[in-house]
Amino acid sequence: MPQHTLVAYVEDKPGVLNRVASLFRRRAFNIESLTVGHTEQAGVSRMTIVVDTDEQGARRAEANLYKLVNVLRVQNVTDTPAVVRDLALIKVSADASQRAQVMQLVDVFRARIVDVANESLIVEITGTEDKLEGLIEVLRPFGIIEMVRTGLVSMARGQLNGHGTGPLKAKSAARVDEVSAVAMSV
Amino acid sequence: MKKTGAQLVWECLVREGVDTIFGYPGGAILPTYDAMLDYPIHHVLVRHEQGATHMADGYARASGRVGVAIATSGPGATNMVTGIATAMMDSSPIVCITGQVGSKLIGSDAFQETDVTGVTLPITKHNYLVTRAEDIARTFREAFYIAASGRPGPVLIDITKDAQQAACEFDWESAAPRLPGYRPDLRPLPAEYQKALDLIANAKRPLILAGHGIMLSGAMKVVQEFAEKTNTLVAMTLLGLGGFPASHPLNLGMMGMHGEAWVNNAIQEADLLLAFGMRFDDRVTGNLKTYALHAKKIHIEIDPTEINKTVKVDVPLVGDLREVLDELMPHTPTLDHADWVNHIADMKGDSAVRDIQNLPDNGHLYAAHVISDLWRITEGKAIVVTDVGQHQMWEAQYYKHDAPRSLITSGGLGTMGFALPAAIGAKFARPDDEVWVIAGDGGFQMTMAELATIAQENIKVNVAIINNAFLGMVRQWQEFFYERRYAATPLLGPDFVKLTEAFGLKGMRVTRRSEVEPAVTEARSHPGTVVLDFRVEQEDTVFPMVPAGADLNAMIRRPKPALDVMAETGADGEWEIAR
Repeated sequence: MPQHTLVAYVEDKPGVLNRVASLFRRRAFNIESLTVGHTEQAGVSRMTIVVDTDEQGARRAEANLYKLVNVLRVQNVTDTPAVVRDLALIKVSADASQRAQVMQLVDVFRARIVDVANESLIVEITGTEDKLEGLIEVLRPFGIIEMVRTGLVSMARGQLNGHGTGPLKAKSAARVDEVSAVAMSV
Repeated sequence: MKKTGAQLVWECLVREGVDTIFGYPGGAILPTYDAMLDYPIHHVLVRHEQGATHMADGYARASGRVGVAIATSGPGATNMVTGIATAMMDSSPIVCITGQVGSKLIGSDAFQETDVTGVTLPITKHNYLVTRAEDIARTFREAFYIAASGRPGPVLIDITKDAQQAACEFDWESAAPRLPGYRPDLRPLPAEYQKALDLIANAKRPLILAGHGIMLSGAMKVVQEFAEKTNTLVAMTLLGLGGFPASHPLNLGMMGMHGEAWVNNAIQEADLLLAFGMRFDDRVTGNLKTYALHAKKIHIEIDPTEINKTVKVDVPLVGDLREVLDELMPHTPTLDHADWVNHIADMKGDSAVRDIQNLPDNGHLYAAHVISDLWRITEGKAIVVTDVGQHQMWEAQYYKHDAPRSLITSGGLGTMGFALPAAIGAKFARPDDEVWVIAGDGGFQMTMAELATIAQENIKVNVAIINNAFLGMVRQWQEFFYERRYAATPLLGPDFVKLTEAFGLKGMRVTRRSEVEPAVTEARSHPGTVVLDFRVEQEDTVFPMVPAGADLNAMIRRPKPALDVMAETGADGEWEIAR
């Protein structure tokens, strides 16, 4: 199943994350990752949601998100030139004899060692999913003790939004004709 | 001037134009009940909170205004769940108010605490947890606005006890809704109109599929104008009945699982479907893979998530049905589809032969007869509130609704027990109208305690129990699909006449067709509520029937050859699948 990345601006109110998550569960979408955080605008949060679905499914998800009262704006950035980042902390098993080898690999991936203990290291890496997967693959033989990932965050490049019509401002809710356009394209 | 949160609740309700509220008191909502006595709103004490939500729903459907129900925390609120889900599925505007434990106690599993906003999240259009008196006014204004606008639906407001008790300044004017993300006013893109007009102008076999949206947007007049101008036949969904007059020559009747054969065949033969405020529910489409394959589809619908949800459409016009049709009408050509109209009229002949109404009286009492007689005697002018099951489908087939909001029924959720409380709500909304409940003996027993509410409120809501001592629709499925193994469908009911009398109301029993008219006439002239126990044929069947998931034109029909047998013995004979 292909993945689609949606960015949703939502009012920062209690229960909004629950409403969004519940919507995806209710309509039987599988969420690959979901991240939430503040934006440049007070009272507005930004969610990046990666869902396993086809194009039609992504549009239905977008239309359903707009139906939530607390959702201000939705953008499907799957095909938009965008900066996409994931962050991982990886605890790797490595004693003194293996440490140099691990550090070399970490350098190649432009990752960082953020903690060193006698028998292990913690590696921090930021980048695209592919880059993270690459590092994880080469570290696996040493023994990955523990790993945590943030999930994707995404931001369109330059002055483009998902429809290529202008900058995306969190503070303004989508205009009626923009939402209507989403509805027609479903 | 400072007021308590409890007083604010009533101040808001009065300003929203609420005259009647349906509810049941309890600990966490007590401050609000205490304040109630000082305000000019009539409170109807129900016997179960599910009844309160159905009453609010019935009130809303009969009037178009927002219905209001109120209950306490915990069990009071959870009892409302079925009624809220019913309103959600049928786009009925209601506001439910629930008390909640004090804000300091939330999350502690306090007495009668339930996460009500969590429980109702997927079955409300929106919901609120209010923990401060200062938030009450804006919340109520938003709730009423959301419930009634766009695609209507239920909104729940959960108010903690301390928010009801605290005092704050009340300023209605400055508490205007702040809903930047809420868009009830979507409209089609201009280019879509032209595509629709082209399809309309070129269609040879067009058909309007008329849904609940006609009532909700008040589009009755313009739909009729459109149908007449374009000479287009109109097929109705269950919830659409009444939105286009049954007596109009272009009205075909109900489509779908228990729609008439000619309607479903017309849909399968059509080359253009104009879906007006309906959502292609599985009960109206049957098998999607074979549904209306020859037809282009224009979908006028206010909820964008309904577009292409089940049936892929060619032209979506997202917006309010009345506004969209008002926009289309001046550009719509005057058309004539006489060949197609006549072709469909020919198809009706075969069905008329099979219609139970055309059989001689064999002494047995059939539900279809009861409902047809009721329609005739009330001149089709009553508000009929049905429950769910066989009687509901017979009502849809044999009570001809000419007026909008004259049939109130649970379509989407199919909630048994809906009829009696919903009828009480309808009576409060339109006290001068004649209100009839048509319910099966199964569904009636689910909420019959509301007879006590009727007695206490001294209102007149006549009840026709279609009593076959079976859970009839399930029995019918068992007959067709489970080799007549009647698991848990034979039903022993109480003596409904005595039961009614125990509530201080009048009850009558009817066992023969000749008794139907006198009984109905007496019930109508009696000053109070009358419950009529119609002892009908036990193993009667709703025909035609499209089995769930089957092709829309693969209907189980009442077989012609068996008609004679039936007239003599009352037995149905063997059914057949006819295409």
